[in-house]
Amino acid sequence: MDVVIDPAAWGRGLAGGVLIGLAAALLMLANGRVAGISGIAAGVLIDRVRSELPWRLAFLLGLVAGGGLVLYAIGARPTPVAGGVAMTLLAGLLVGLGTRLGHGCTSGHGVCGLARLSPRSLVATLSFMGCGFATVALLRIGGWL
Amino acid sequence: MRLLTALLSGLLFGAGLAISGMTDPARVRGFLDLLGAWDPTLAFVMGGALLVNTPLYWLTRRRAAPLFEPAFSVPTRHDLDARLIGGAALFGIGWALAGYCPGPALVSLSTGSGLVLGFCLAMFAGMMLADRIGRSRS
Repeated sequence: MDVVIDPAAWGRGLAGGVLIGLAAALLMLANGRVAGISGIAAGVLIDRVRSELPWRLAFLLGLVAGGGLVLYAIGARPTPVAGGVAMTLLAGLLVGLGTRLGHGCTSGHGVCGLARLSPRSLVATLSFMGCGFATVALLRIGGWL
Repeated sequence: MRLLTALLSGLLFGAGLAISGMTDPARVRGFLDLLGAWDPTLAFVMGGALLVNTPLYWLTRRRAAPLFEPAFSVPTRHDLDARLIGGAALFGIGWALAGYCPGPALVSLSTGSGLVLGFCLAMFAGMMLADRIGRSRS
């Protein structure tokens, strides 16, 4: 296995991770809510529980604005991965289906659930990480990467 | 006040995703690519987030209630079921195919990319599909 040695990227990853951890901790301390992004987004677009709508909208507004400002400031353009439009749409469908059935994504299960020492989140995280590794391995074996 | 703290939390979360490089799908897929050139950056992001959130979460839970809401709203289930594991598995496959999970995809909407918009629309279609499956089963 080749490992990409890029300490500068690891440092930025750690710094960004600390901000994400602070964001999750703040939402729990102030609002008593889990910073699970798939759940918050589905809460606005699908569940629409009236009393939960304002904070969810405020969080999503901050998420897109905060991330967008940083991306603009550093001039980052996301590089679309191989596979094109059809694979991207299929991927989106699977991410939506899977996070709704599995009650969470990388933030809800990974960042918040593991911090809560939730066994369900640990199992979910192992499941999506394992399937992620397996999928990319299959793409590589199949010659798509 | 609770709207301000939710907004601030979102701002920090979005900024963290962008600074960490997790809005770059190539970097996310690089982490999942054990057979290729493995990029461990995502592990640093997850590690940094958990290092901060874990102690702060347990300190917070010593309180009877959060600062600006009457009660904590935290999942209480401990059982494992096929829907949790299978759902997470489908999510993992989609995550690997595009290199996007929900947070970075929503943040990347700010770049105006049509591909990201398509991903997000497909994601919401998938969420609604999940509810249909749920209803027909129960």
